[in-house]
Amino acid sequence: MRGVLFALLLVGLLAAVPLWAKTYDLYLLSLAAANVIAAVGLALLTGFTGQLSIGNAGFLAIGAYGAALIVKHLGVEFWVAIPLAGLLSGLTGFLLLIPALRLTAIYLAIATLAFGTAVSEALPRWASVTGGYQGMRVPPARFLGLNVQNDVAMFYLALAVTVVMVLLARNLIRSRVGRAFIAIRDKPAAAQACGVSLTRYKALAFFLSALFTGIAGGLYAHVVGYISPSEFGLGKSINLFVMIALGGMASLPGPVLGAVFLTYLPHWLSGIRGLQDVLYGAALIGIVVFMPYGAWGFVRKWTAPDKVARLPRPVRAAAEFVLGRTR
Amino acid sequence: MLACEGVNAFYGPIHALKDVTFAVERGTIVAVLGANGAGKTTLMNTISGLVRPRSGAIHLDGRRIDRLAPERIVRLGVTQVPEGRQLFPDLTVAENLRMGAYLRRGAAVRQDLAAVLERFPALKDRTRQLAGTLSGGEQQMLAIGRALMARPRLLLLDEPSLGLSPILVRQLFRTLGELGREGISMVLAEQNAYLSLEVAQMGIVLETGRVALQGPSPELRQTDRVRQLYLGVRSGDVSPQGGGAPGGKGT
Repeated sequence: MRGVLFALLLVGLLAAVPLWAKTYDLYLLSLAAANVIAAVGLALLTGFTGQLSIGNAGFLAIGAYGAALIVKHLGVEFWVAIPLAGLLSGLTGFLLLIPALRLTAIYLAIATLAFGTAVSEALPRWASVTGGYQGMRVPPARFLGLNVQNDVAMFYLALAVTVVMVLLARNLIRSRVGRAFIAIRDKPAAAQACGVSLTRYKALAFFLSALFTGIAGGLYAHVVGYISPSEFGLGKSINLFVMIALGGMASLPGPVLGAVFLTYLPHWLSGIRGLQDVLYGAALIGIVVFMPYGAWGFVRKWTAPDKVARLPRPVRAAAEFVLGRTR
Repeated sequence: MLACEGVNAFYGPIHALKDVTFAVERGTIVAVLGANGAGKTTLMNTISGLVRPRSGAIHLDGRRIDRLAPERIVRLGVTQVPEGRQLFPDLTVAENLRMGAYLRRGAAVRQDLAAVLERFPALKDRTRQLAGTLSGGEQQMLAIGRALMARPRLLLLDEPSLGLSPILVRQLFRTLGELGREGISMVLAEQNAYLSLEVAQMGIVLETGRVALQGPSPELRQTDRVRQLYLGVRSGDVSPQGGGAPGGKGT
């Protein structure tokens, strides 16, 4: 209940931001909104279902290009284009079910990495549609017959989409579907013994993750107004993973916090080139070793110690594999 | 109600079950005895569909189930309490119980939840606690409670006494006896041969994947092999003492 009040207060505050903020602040916040949705999408898959993905930038790209092309060629409204882009991405999510039914932990991560790389390599080569390496301009979003040209309007659209998606995710993880996800993550055999179909729920997890990330991509395309293949490479996938790991991936506030933080980080660090990647690496190792609960879990450890969700076991396994140690 | 006929199963290259044939009559408990690595867990996982047998057939009430997905087998009324309990540590006690009734919905689930909490009062005050924070005995109760939430006709119990204190083990077997009298059939894989043959009507002894012996429990208890290997009684001794310490198993 306190959480709900706090969330309402936060959304209210955010809605008031355009009263005083500069255009650039609104742009950054809209960017953060897109990242929040993408991070929540990845958290559903990796944090709640335990399916490690470092290829989600592929879904982001499909959503972004999907939305841009849909608006460009069909001229439909924002609220039609965004769900369509999400659906397009969601359907490609089923592709990853093929490796996901056979692989776990780091091995699944490698398969998803291959998917992400394939998408970011295919985009520039399909230049007739995507504009190649130069990328493409995204037509302005249309909303209720008007072109959304200014940052205030775009900010409100982004805020609305984010609130809807986060609420969706919240209800989802509190439903029986969410319990099935957590069950599959923690004890796949026991989940089956309870009658949970691994195939069906892994498919659902990949679909939903891709759907969320695709919608985030569509939003991103509209916020930035220009997209190119280089933005959706491996770096972006790792960026998304760091968001959820930093914030606490087995929670909802975690990915939200992580996404906002990592959206602003480059702007605080601008001027010091290369430092960002070093920080990412250090942060990841630090989290696995010292803070397996993420930032939100760290907070929860003090406020609700009996409800702390750890780094999911498949992710720990992968981390231990990479770091070459067991703890 | 359950019939395994000539079941062969493999774990990778290891031939874990060799021509296993046995049956469970409705309303009876069958104890499966055997040392570590004898194939008890594989047998359980094969019946519940987690392991697919390479040959042979498993029938439930005349219906072949050995090619079905695990969740389909659960739907038919076969529920497994896996070895090591396998609770969902990050879900609460109540959520764990609800997971057991995953394939069912509606008011009946709530009634069953209340009934399980009635049967295991220790869980009642802890419904909102995360399962990972329960004690070993409470976790075992929760594991059985979770299985009961599926309203099973056949319960597969894999080493339920593992890691429990002798008092809790006695309590556990009392509960299993009660469930048996309420008409739930069971396959009970156990190292505690003494107590499981007491609660079960039938027993089978697995040795390196093969059924070495089977028969009614009272008869099985009299055979020299079972007495020596599983009850820790030397031939010549008269009465088995105490709680059947598993010390004498294996050779």
